[in-house]
Amino acid sequence: MKRTPLYAAHQRLGGKLIEFGGWEMPVQYTSITDEHLAVRKAAGLFDISHMGEVLISGPGAEAFLNQTLTNDIRKLAAGQGQYTLMCNARGGVIDDLYAYRLTDQEYLLIINASRIETDVAWMEKQLAAFPRRGEVKFQNTSDLTGAVAVQGPRVVEFMDAFCPGPSTAGIAVARVTDLKKNQAGRFSFAGQPIWVSRTGYTGEDGFEIVAPGHSIEAIWNQLLAAGQPYGLKPAGLGARDTLRTEVCYPLYGHELDENTTPIEAGVGFFVALDKGEFIGRGVLAEQKAKGTGKKLVALKMADRSAPPRPHYAIWSTGPAVAKIGEVVSGTQSPSLGIGIGMGYVPPAFAKANTPVEIEIRGKRAPAVVVAKPIYRKPD
Amino acid sequence: MANVPTDLKYATSHEWVRVSGNVATVGITDHAQHELTDVVFVELPAPGRTFKAGDSCAVVESVKTANDIYSPVSGDITEVNQAVVANPALVNSEPYGGGWFYKIKLSNPAELNALLGPEQYLAHIGAA
Repeated sequence: MKRTPLYAAHQRLGGKLIEFGGWEMPVQYTSITDEHLAVRKAAGLFDISHMGEVLISGPGAEAFLNQTLTNDIRKLAAGQGQYTLMCNARGGVIDDLYAYRLTDQEYLLIINASRIETDVAWMEKQLAAFPRRGEVKFQNTSDLTGAVAVQGPRVVEFMDAFCPGPSTAGIAVARVTDLKKNQAGRFSFAGQPIWVSRTGYTGEDGFEIVAPGHSIEAIWNQLLAAGQPYGLKPAGLGARDTLRTEVCYPLYGHELDENTTPIEAGVGFFVALDKGEFIGRGVLAEQKAKGTGKKLVALKMADRSAPPRPHYAIWSTGPAVAKIGEVVSGTQSPSLGIGIGMGYVPPAFAKANTPVEIEIRGKRAPAVVVAKPIYRKPD
Repeated sequence: MANVPTDLKYATSHEWVRVSGNVATVGITDHAQHELTDVVFVELPAPGRTFKAGDSCAVVESVKTANDIYSPVSGDITEVNQAVVANPALVNSEPYGGGWFYKIKLSNPAELNALLGPEQYLAHIGAA
Protein backbone atom coordinates (compact mmCIF):
# COMPACT_ATOMS: atom_id res chain seq x y z
CA MET A 1 0.00 0.00 0.00
CA LYS A 2 1.13 3.54 -0.71
CA ARG A 3 1.60 6.11 2.04
CA THR A 4 1.31 9.88 1.87
CA PRO A 5 3.93 12.26 3.33
CA LEU A 6 1.56 12.64 6.30
CA TYR A 7 1.62 8.97 7.31
CA ALA A 8 3.72 9.64 10.43
CA ALA A 9 1.53 12.61 11.35
CA HIS A 10 -1.59 10.42 11.16
CA GLN A 11 0.01 7.84 13.42
CA ARG A 12 1.00 10.49 15.97
CA LEU A 13 -2.57 11.82 15.98
CA GLY A 14 -3.97 8.33 16.63
CA GLY A 15 -5.56 8.03 13.19
CA LYS A 16 -7.18 4.70 12.37
CA LEU A 17 -5.64 3.67 9.07
CA ILE A 18 -7.46 1.77 6.34
CA GLU A 19 -6.89 0.90 2.69
CA PHE A 20 -8.46 3.32 0.20
CA GLY A 21 -7.77 3.10 -3.53
CA GLY A 22 -4.40 1.46 -2.90
CA TRP A 23 -3.44 3.98 -0.18
CA GLU A 24 -3.11 3.62 3.57
CA MET A 25 -5.22 6.53 4.81
CA PRO A 26 -6.84 7.65 8.08
CA VAL A 27 -10.56 6.84 8.11
CA GLN A 28 -10.91 8.76 11.39
CA TYR A 29 -8.94 10.12 14.34
CA THR A 30 -11.61 10.28 17.08
CA SER A 31 -15.02 9.60 15.52
CA ILE A 32 -16.56 10.15 12.08
CA THR A 33 -19.49 11.99 13.66
CA ASP A 34 -17.27 14.34 15.70
CA GLU A 35 -15.06 15.14 12.73
CA HIS A 36 -18.06 15.62 10.45
CA LEU A 37 -19.70 18.06 12.87
CA ALA A 38 -16.40 19.91 13.38
CA VAL A 39 -16.35 20.62 9.63
CA ARG A 40 -20.00 21.72 9.59
CA LYS A 41 -19.65 23.96 12.66
CA ALA A 42 -15.97 25.04 12.80
CA ALA A 43 -13.19 23.52 10.68
CA GLY A 44 -11.56 20.24 9.65
CA LEU A 45 -8.20 19.37 8.09
CA PHE A 46 -7.94 16.51 5.58
CA ASP A 47 -4.94 14.81 4.03
CA ILE A 48 -5.71 14.54 0.31
CA SER A 49 -2.15 13.77 -0.77
CA HIS A 50 -3.32 10.46 -2.21
CA MET A 51 -5.02 12.35 -5.01
CA GLY A 52 -3.14 12.60 -8.30
CA GLU A 53 -1.67 15.71 -9.92
CA VAL A 54 -1.00 16.07 -13.62
CA LEU A 55 0.59 19.16 -15.18
CA ILE A 56 -0.20 19.86 -18.80
CA SER A 57 1.49 22.81 -20.47
CA GLY A 58 2.50 24.33 -23.75
CA PRO A 59 0.83 26.08 -26.69
CA GLY A 60 -1.26 22.98 -27.50
CA ALA A 61 -2.41 22.30 -23.91
CA GLU A 62 -5.74 24.15 -24.15
CA ALA A 63 -6.82 22.39 -27.35
CA PHE A 64 -5.68 19.01 -26.02
CA LEU A 65 -7.62 19.41 -22.77
CA ASN A 66 -10.72 20.65 -24.55
CA GLN A 67 -10.95 17.51 -26.64
CA THR A 68 -10.13 15.23 -23.67
CA LEU A 69 -12.38 16.76 -20.97
CA THR A 70 -16.12 17.59 -21.01
CA ASN A 71 -16.18 21.13 -19.60
CA ASP A 72 -14.95 24.13 -21.63
CA ILE A 73 -11.39 24.81 -20.48
CA ARG A 74 -11.32 28.05 -22.51
CA LYS A 75 -13.58 29.63 -19.89
CA LEU A 76 -10.74 29.57 -17.37
CA ALA A 77 -8.54 32.62 -16.87
CA ALA A 78 -5.20 32.10 -15.15
CA GLY A 79 -5.94 31.28 -11.51
CA GLN A 80 -9.36 29.76 -12.08
CA GLY A 81 -10.50 26.17 -11.71
CA GLN A 82 -13.48 24.13 -12.85
CA TYR A 83 -15.06 20.75 -12.14
CA THR A 84 -14.88 18.61 -15.26
CA LEU A 85 -15.02 14.99 -16.40
CA MET A 86 -13.00 12.75 -18.67
CA CYS A 87 -15.14 10.35 -20.72
CA ASN A 88 -14.61 7.43 -23.06
CA ALA A 89 -16.16 7.33 -26.54
CA ARG A 90 -19.36 5.84 -25.04
CA GLY A 91 -19.70 8.84 -22.74
CA GLY A 92 -18.77 6.68 -19.72
CA VAL A 93 -16.77 8.46 -17.05
CA ILE A 94 -13.06 7.60 -16.84
CA ASP A 95 -12.65 10.10 -14.02
CA ASP A 96 -14.06 13.28 -12.57
CA LEU A 97 -11.53 15.96 -11.71
CA TYR A 98 -10.70 19.59 -11.07
CA ALA A 99 -8.79 21.45 -13.77
CA TYR A 100 -6.96 24.70 -12.93
CA ARG A 101 -5.38 27.12 -15.35
CA LEU A 102 -2.30 28.13 -13.37
CA THR A 103 -0.78 30.44 -15.99
CA ASP A 104 -1.61 31.18 -19.61
CA GLN A 105 -0.32 27.85 -20.98
CA GLU A 106 -0.07 25.72 -17.86
CA TYR A 107 -2.83 23.53 -16.35
CA LEU A 108 -3.04 21.44 -13.19
CA LEU A 109 -5.43 18.48 -13.06
CA ILE A 110 -6.37 16.99 -9.68
CA ILE A 111 -7.50 13.41 -10.28
CA ASN A 112 -8.81 10.60 -8.08
CA ALA A 113 -6.24 8.46 -6.25
CA SER A 114 -7.77 5.19 -7.46
CA ARG A 115 -7.70 6.38 -11.08
CA ILE A 116 -4.18 7.80 -11.45
CA GLU A 117 -2.79 4.93 -13.52
CA THR A 118 -5.91 4.61 -15.70
CA ASP A 119 -6.12 8.37 -16.29
CA VAL A 120 -2.45 8.77 -17.12
CA ALA A 121 -2.54 5.83 -19.57
CA TRP A 122 -5.72 7.24 -21.18
CA MET A 123 -4.34 10.78 -21.51
CA GLU A 124 -1.00 9.54 -22.87
CA LYS A 125 -2.89 7.50 -25.47
CA GLN A 126 -4.99 10.51 -26.46
CA LEU A 127 -1.91 12.70 -26.57
CA ALA A 128 -0.07 10.25 -28.85
CA ALA A 129 -2.95 10.62 -31.33
CA PHE A 130 -3.23 14.40 -30.92
CA PRO A 131 -1.95 16.19 -34.06
CA ARG A 132 -0.27 18.99 -32.05
CA ARG A 133 1.31 16.60 -29.54
CA GLY A 134 4.67 18.34 -30.04
CA GLU A 135 3.16 21.45 -28.45
CA VAL A 136 1.99 19.70 -25.26
CA LYS A 137 4.11 18.79 -22.24
CA PHE A 138 2.56 16.09 -20.01
CA GLN A 139 3.87 15.45 -16.48
CA ASN A 140 2.41 13.12 -13.86
CA THR A 141 3.68 14.74 -10.66
CA SER A 142 1.46 12.66 -8.32
CA ASP A 143 4.39 11.05 -6.47
CA LEU A 144 6.12 14.39 -5.83
CA THR A 145 3.09 16.35 -4.76
CA GLY A 146 1.05 16.46 -1.57
CA ALA A 147 -2.23 18.18 -0.79
CA VAL A 148 -4.48 19.05 2.13
CA ALA A 149 -8.01 20.41 2.37
CA VAL A 150 -9.04 22.76 5.17
CA GLN A 151 -12.81 23.06 5.31
CA GLY A 152 -15.48 24.68 7.44
CA PRO A 153 -17.15 28.00 8.27
CA ARG A 154 -14.34 29.19 10.58
CA VAL A 155 -11.46 28.52 8.15
CA VAL A 156 -11.48 32.15 6.95
CA GLU A 157 -10.57 33.24 10.48
CA PHE A 158 -7.12 31.65 10.43
CA MET A 159 -6.10 31.16 6.78
CA ASP A 160 -4.41 34.56 6.44
CA ALA A 161 -2.32 33.90 9.53
CA PHE A 162 -1.26 30.55 8.06
CA CYS A 163 -0.39 31.89 4.64
CA PRO A 164 0.27 35.65 4.41
CA GLY A 165 -0.27 37.16 0.95
CA PRO A 166 -0.04 38.52 -1.60
CA SER A 167 -0.29 35.86 -4.30
CA THR A 168 2.62 35.62 -6.74
CA ALA A 169 0.83 33.86 -9.62
CA GLY A 170 -2.67 32.75 -10.57
CA ILE A 171 -5.33 35.18 -9.37
CA ALA A 172 -3.79 38.41 -8.02
CA VAL A 173 -5.02 38.86 -4.44
CA ALA A 174 -3.59 40.70 -1.45
CA ARG A 175 -4.44 37.86 0.94
CA VAL A 176 -5.48 34.26 0.59
CA THR A 177 -8.98 34.86 1.98
CA ASP A 178 -9.62 37.26 -0.93
CA LEU A 179 -9.75 34.22 -3.23
CA LYS A 180 -13.29 33.62 -4.45
CA LYS A 181 -14.86 30.21 -5.06
CA ASN A 182 -12.89 28.20 -7.66
CA GLN A 183 -10.05 30.72 -7.73
CA ALA A 184 -6.45 29.69 -7.12
CA GLY A 185 -3.29 31.59 -6.36
CA ARG A 186 0.34 30.77 -5.73
CA PHE A 187 1.61 31.78 -2.31
CA SER A 188 4.83 31.36 -0.41
CA PHE A 189 5.06 29.02 2.58
CA ALA A 190 8.45 28.86 4.34
CA GLY A 191 10.06 29.89 1.08
CA GLN A 192 8.29 27.17 -0.92
CA PRO A 193 5.71 27.93 -3.62
CA ILE A 194 2.31 26.46 -2.80
CA TRP A 195 -0.98 26.66 -4.70
CA VAL A 196 -4.10 27.49 -2.71
CA SER A 197 -7.60 27.25 -4.16
CA ARG A 198 -11.00 28.09 -2.69
CA THR A 199 -12.52 24.68 -3.32
CA GLY A 200 -13.52 21.57 -1.44
CA TYR A 201 -15.57 18.41 -1.24
CA THR A 202 -17.65 19.03 1.88
CA GLY A 203 -20.27 21.64 0.98
CA GLU A 204 -18.57 24.11 3.32
CA ASP A 205 -16.38 27.11 2.61
CA GLY A 206 -12.73 26.17 2.54
CA PHE A 207 -9.42 25.86 0.77
CA GLU A 208 -7.30 23.17 -0.81
CA ILE A 209 -3.52 23.42 -0.81
CA VAL A 210 -1.22 21.68 -3.30
CA ALA A 211 2.49 21.71 -2.49
CA PRO A 212 5.69 19.70 -2.91
CA GLY A 213 5.41 16.47 -0.91
CA HIS A 214 8.35 17.40 1.35
CA SER A 215 6.53 20.59 2.46
CA ILE A 216 3.22 18.97 3.34
CA GLU A 217 3.96 17.94 6.92
CA ALA A 218 5.08 21.48 7.84
CA ILE A 219 1.93 22.87 6.19
CA TRP A 220 -0.24 20.35 8.05
CA ASN A 221 1.34 21.20 11.41
CA GLN A 222 1.15 24.94 10.81
CA LEU A 223 -2.53 24.70 9.86
CA LEU A 224 -3.35 22.59 12.93
CA ALA A 225 -1.65 25.17 15.15
CA ALA A 226 -3.26 28.17 13.41
CA GLY A 227 -6.73 26.58 13.43
CA GLN A 228 -6.80 25.02 16.88
CA PRO A 229 -8.17 28.15 18.63
CA TYR A 230 -11.04 28.09 16.10
CA GLY A 231 -11.99 24.44 16.65
CA LEU A 232 -10.02 22.93 13.74
CA LYS A 233 -9.75 19.13 14.01
CA PRO A 234 -7.95 16.63 11.80
CA ALA A 235 -10.63 14.75 9.84
CA GLY A 236 -10.44 11.40 8.07
CA LEU A 237 -11.87 9.81 4.96
CA GLY A 238 -14.94 8.67 6.91
CA ALA A 239 -16.05 12.25 7.53
CA ARG A 240 -15.00 13.23 4.02
CA ASP A 241 -17.43 10.59 2.72
CA THR A 242 -20.38 11.51 4.98
CA LEU A 243 -19.87 15.23 4.23
CA ARG A 244 -19.83 14.74 0.47
CA THR A 245 -22.80 12.36 0.60
CA GLU A 246 -24.92 14.91 2.48
CA VAL A 247 -24.32 17.46 -0.30
CA CYS A 248 -24.55 14.83 -3.09
CA TYR A 249 -21.08 15.21 -4.57
CA PRO A 250 -20.23 12.13 -6.66
CA LEU A 251 -17.43 9.76 -5.67
CA TYR A 252 -15.74 7.82 -8.43
CA GLY A 253 -16.51 4.10 -8.14
CA HIS A 254 -19.88 4.86 -6.53
CA GLU A 255 -21.87 7.44 -8.52
CA LEU A 256 -19.45 7.38 -11.47
CA ASP A 257 -17.82 4.62 -13.51
CA GLU A 258 -16.92 3.82 -17.10
CA ASN A 259 -20.46 2.60 -17.85
CA THR A 260 -22.19 5.67 -16.41
CA THR A 261 -22.37 9.04 -18.16
CA PRO A 262 -22.25 12.52 -16.61
CA ILE A 263 -25.82 13.07 -17.83
CA GLU A 264 -27.07 10.00 -15.95
CA ALA A 265 -25.09 11.12 -12.88
CA GLY A 266 -26.73 14.56 -12.92
CA VAL A 267 -23.54 16.48 -13.67
CA GLY A 268 -24.48 17.46 -17.24
CA PHE A 269 -23.91 21.11 -16.29
CA PHE A 270 -20.18 20.33 -16.61
CA VAL A 271 -20.55 18.94 -20.15
CA ALA A 272 -20.09 21.81 -22.64
CA LEU A 273 -21.73 20.58 -25.84
CA ASP A 274 -21.24 24.01 -27.44
CA LYS A 275 -17.43 23.95 -27.39
CA GLY A 276 -16.90 21.66 -30.38
CA GLU A 277 -15.82 18.04 -30.64
CA PHE A 278 -14.59 16.13 -27.59
CA ILE A 279 -14.44 12.49 -26.57
CA GLY A 280 -17.91 11.16 -25.74
CA ARG A 281 -19.73 14.17 -27.18
CA GLY A 282 -21.99 12.13 -29.51
CA VAL A 283 -23.55 10.02 -26.74
CA LEU A 284 -23.72 12.92 -24.28
CA ALA A 285 -25.45 15.22 -26.81
CA GLU A 286 -28.03 12.53 -27.55
CA GLN A 287 -28.66 11.89 -23.85
CA LYS A 288 -29.02 15.61 -23.12
CA ALA A 289 -31.59 15.87 -25.92
CA LYS A 290 -33.51 12.62 -25.46
CA GLY A 291 -32.95 11.74 -21.81
CA THR A 292 -31.43 8.68 -20.19
CA GLY A 293 -32.59 5.28 -19.02
CA LYS A 294 -31.37 5.85 -15.47
CA LYS A 295 -30.90 8.86 -13.25
CA LEU A 296 -28.98 9.45 -10.06
CA VAL A 297 -31.30 10.40 -7.20
CA ALA A 298 -30.81 11.42 -3.59
CA LEU A 299 -32.56 9.24 -1.01
CA LYS A 300 -33.60 9.74 2.58
CA MET A 301 -35.03 7.03 4.83
CA ALA A 302 -38.57 7.84 5.92
CA ASP A 303 -38.24 6.36 9.41
CA ARG A 304 -35.56 5.49 11.86
CA SER A 305 -34.05 2.44 10.18
CA ALA A 306 -30.73 1.01 9.24
CA PRO A 307 -28.96 3.36 6.81
CA PRO A 308 -28.85 2.49 3.10
CA ARG A 309 -25.57 0.99 1.84
CA PRO A 310 -24.04 0.53 -1.63
CA HIS A 311 -25.69 -2.27 -3.68
CA TYR A 312 -28.92 -2.37 -1.67
CA ALA A 313 -31.90 -2.74 -4.02
CA ILE A 314 -34.33 0.14 -4.53
CA TRP A 315 -37.99 -0.89 -4.97
CA SER A 316 -40.97 1.03 -6.29
CA THR A 317 -44.13 1.21 -4.18
CA GLY A 318 -46.52 1.54 -7.09
CA PRO A 319 -48.22 1.20 -9.50
CA ALA A 320 -46.31 -2.08 -9.85
CA VAL A 321 -44.02 -3.08 -7.00
CA ALA A 322 -40.69 -3.97 -8.55
CA LYS A 323 -36.96 -3.63 -8.11
CA ILE A 324 -36.10 -0.41 -9.94
CA GLY A 325 -32.49 0.30 -9.09
CA GLU A 326 -29.58 0.14 -6.71
CA VAL A 327 -28.05 2.32 -4.00
CA VAL A 328 -24.51 3.51 -4.87
CA SER A 329 -23.67 5.51 -1.71
CA GLY A 330 -25.28 5.37 1.70
CA THR A 331 -24.59 6.30 5.28
CA GLN A 332 -26.12 7.62 8.44
CA SER A 333 -26.19 11.42 8.06
CA PRO A 334 -24.42 12.93 11.08
CA SER A 335 -26.08 16.30 10.41
CA LEU A 336 -29.63 14.97 10.02
CA GLY A 337 -29.51 11.85 12.20
CA ILE A 338 -31.16 9.67 9.55
CA GLY A 339 -30.07 7.26 6.81
CA ILE A 340 -29.30 8.95 3.47
CA GLY A 341 -27.83 7.90 0.16
CA MET A 342 -27.82 8.09 -3.59
CA GLY A 343 -28.88 5.56 -6.18
CA TYR A 344 -29.83 5.03 -9.81
CA VAL A 345 -33.48 4.63 -10.82
CA PRO A 346 -35.48 5.04 -14.08
CA PRO A 347 -36.48 8.68 -14.77
CA ALA A 348 -40.13 7.93 -13.89
CA PHE A 349 -39.05 7.49 -10.25
CA ALA A 350 -36.53 10.34 -10.13
CA LYS A 351 -38.83 13.19 -9.07
CA ALA A 352 -38.49 14.62 -5.57
CA ASN A 353 -41.01 13.21 -3.06
CA THR A 354 -41.37 9.90 -4.93
CA PRO A 355 -41.80 7.18 -2.28
CA VAL A 356 -39.55 4.16 -2.71
CA GLU A 357 -38.34 1.29 -0.54
CA ILE A 358 -34.79 0.19 0.18
CA GLU A 359 -34.21 -3.52 0.70
CA ILE A 360 -32.10 -3.97 3.82
CA ARG A 361 -31.20 -7.56 4.71
CA GLY A 362 -34.26 -8.98 2.97
CA LYS A 363 -36.76 -6.47 4.39
CA ARG A 364 -37.98 -3.35 2.61
CA ALA A 365 -37.80 -0.06 4.50
CA PRO A 366 -39.60 3.11 3.36
CA ALA A 367 -37.53 5.93 1.85
CA VAL A 368 -38.19 8.95 -0.32
CA VAL A 369 -36.47 10.56 -3.28
CA VAL A 370 -35.39 14.05 -2.20
CA ALA A 371 -33.99 17.11 -3.98
CA LYS A 372 -30.18 17.47 -4.04
CA PRO A 373 -28.39 18.40 -1.91
CA ILE A 374 -29.81 16.29 0.92
CA TYR A 375 -28.29 18.66 3.49
CA ARG A 376 -28.51 22.43 3.12
CA LYS A 377 -26.71 24.84 5.41
CA PRO A 378 -29.12 26.71 7.63
CA ASP A 379 -29.19 30.41 6.64
CA MET B 1 -6.52 0.38 26.58
CA ALA B 2 -9.58 -1.81 26.09
CA ASN B 3 -11.77 -2.58 29.09
CA VAL B 4 -12.04 -6.39 29.51
CA PRO B 5 -13.99 -7.28 32.68
CA THR B 6 -12.65 -10.35 34.44
CA ASP B 7 -16.07 -11.88 35.20
CA LEU B 8 -17.09 -12.43 31.55
CA LYS B 9 -16.41 -14.96 28.79
CA TYR B 10 -15.52 -13.83 25.28
CA ALA B 11 -15.87 -15.01 21.69
CA THR B 12 -13.08 -14.47 19.17
CA SER B 13 -15.68 -12.52 17.13
CA HIS B 14 -15.76 -9.93 19.99
CA GLU B 15 -19.02 -10.77 21.78
CA TRP B 16 -19.09 -11.09 25.57
CA VAL B 17 -21.19 -13.50 27.63
CA ARG B 18 -22.38 -13.10 31.22
CA VAL B 19 -23.83 -16.34 32.64
CA SER B 20 -26.52 -16.47 35.32
CA GLY B 21 -27.92 -19.97 35.88
CA ASN B 22 -28.86 -21.35 32.48
CA VAL B 23 -29.29 -17.94 30.83
CA ALA B 24 -26.51 -15.95 29.18
CA THR B 25 -26.56 -12.21 28.49
CA VAL B 26 -24.70 -11.25 25.29
CA GLY B 27 -23.23 -7.98 24.07
CA ILE B 28 -20.17 -6.74 22.18
CA THR B 29 -16.88 -5.83 23.80
CA ASP B 30 -15.41 -2.43 24.50
CA HIS B 31 -12.70 -3.24 21.94
CA ALA B 32 -15.40 -4.02 19.33
CA GLN B 33 -17.37 -0.82 19.97
CA HIS B 34 -14.14 1.15 19.77
CA GLU B 35 -13.29 -0.41 16.41
CA LEU B 36 -16.83 0.09 15.08
CA THR B 37 -17.09 3.66 16.43
CA ASP B 38 -20.38 5.62 16.46
CA VAL B 39 -23.05 2.90 16.46
CA VAL B 40 -26.17 4.23 14.73
CA PHE B 41 -28.40 1.17 14.45
CA VAL B 42 -28.86 -2.18 16.18
CA GLU B 43 -31.04 -4.99 14.83
CA LEU B 44 -31.82 -7.76 17.34
CA PRO B 45 -33.40 -11.20 16.90
CA ALA B 46 -37.03 -11.85 17.82
CA PRO B 47 -37.50 -13.50 21.25
CA GLY B 48 -38.17 -17.21 20.83
CA ARG B 49 -35.77 -17.68 17.95
CA THR B 50 -33.18 -20.43 18.23
CA PHE B 51 -29.53 -20.05 17.29
CA LYS B 52 -26.51 -22.31 17.20
CA ALA B 53 -23.15 -21.05 18.41
CA GLY B 54 -21.55 -19.11 15.56
CA ASP B 55 -24.85 -18.22 13.84
CA SER B 56 -25.29 -14.65 12.67
CA CYS B 57 -28.06 -13.36 14.97
CA ALA B 58 -27.90 -9.54 15.07
CA VAL B 59 -26.56 -6.58 13.13
CA VAL B 60 -24.82 -3.50 14.44
CA GLU B 61 -24.29 -0.57 12.10
CA SER B 62 -21.80 2.23 12.48
CA VAL B 63 -21.79 5.36 10.32
CA LYS B 64 -19.63 3.55 7.81
CA THR B 65 -20.48 -0.17 7.92
CA ALA B 66 -22.99 -2.90 8.76
CA ASN B 67 -21.54 -5.71 10.88
CA ASP B 68 -22.94 -9.14 11.74
CA ILE B 69 -22.99 -10.26 15.34
CA TYR B 70 -22.58 -13.99 15.96
CA SER B 71 -24.12 -15.84 18.85
CA PRO B 72 -21.31 -17.12 21.07
CA VAL B 73 -23.56 -19.91 22.40
CA SER B 74 -26.51 -22.06 21.29
CA GLY B 75 -30.02 -21.62 22.66
CA ASP B 76 -33.35 -19.79 22.53
CA ILE B 77 -33.61 -16.00 22.75
CA THR B 78 -35.57 -15.09 25.88
CA GLU B 79 -35.28 -11.30 25.91
CA VAL B 80 -33.81 -8.49 23.82
CA ASN B 81 -32.69 -5.03 24.93
CA GLN B 82 -35.20 -2.53 23.50
CA ALA B 83 -33.25 0.33 25.11
CA VAL B 84 -30.28 -0.28 22.83
CA VAL B 85 -32.57 -0.42 19.79
CA ALA B 86 -33.99 2.97 20.77
CA ASN B 87 -30.58 4.40 21.68
CA PRO B 88 -27.80 2.59 19.75
CA ALA B 89 -25.15 4.90 21.25
CA LEU B 90 -25.42 2.78 24.43
CA VAL B 91 -23.23 0.24 22.64
CA ASN B 92 -20.45 2.83 22.66
CA SER B 93 -21.05 4.35 26.08
CA GLU B 94 -21.91 1.20 28.11
CA PRO B 95 -20.83 -1.86 26.14
CA TYR B 96 -21.00 -4.14 29.24
CA GLY B 97 -24.01 -2.43 30.85
CA GLY B 98 -26.92 -0.68 29.14
CA GLY B 99 -25.54 -1.68 25.74
CA TRP B 100 -26.29 -5.44 26.12
CA PHE B 101 -28.03 -7.12 23.14
CA TYR B 102 -30.01 -10.19 24.22
CA LYS B 103 -30.47 -13.01 26.73
CA ILE B 104 -30.33 -16.59 25.55
CA LYS B 105 -31.34 -19.80 27.33
CA LEU B 106 -28.37 -22.13 26.97
CA SER B 107 -29.10 -25.39 25.16
CA ASN B 108 -25.52 -26.64 25.50
CA PRO B 109 -23.79 -25.08 28.55
CA ALA B 110 -20.61 -27.05 27.75
CA GLU B 111 -20.00 -24.54 24.92
CA LEU B 112 -19.04 -21.98 27.55
CA ASN B 113 -15.80 -23.89 28.05
CA ALA B 114 -14.80 -23.16 24.46
CA LEU B 115 -15.05 -19.38 24.97
CA LEU B 116 -12.06 -17.20 25.89
CA GLY B 117 -11.29 -16.01 29.39
CA PRO B 118 -10.34 -12.34 29.96
CA GLU B 119 -6.57 -12.97 29.65
CA GLN B 120 -7.07 -14.98 26.47
CA TYR B 121 -9.30 -12.27 25.01
CA LEU B 122 -6.75 -9.57 25.86
CA ALA B 123 -4.13 -11.64 24.03
CA HIS B 124 -6.56 -12.14 21.14
CA ILE B 125 -6.92 -8.37 20.64
CA GLY B 126 -3.19 -7.83 21.08
CA ALA B 127 -3.59 -5.94 24.36
CA ALA B 128 -2.05 -8.44 26.81
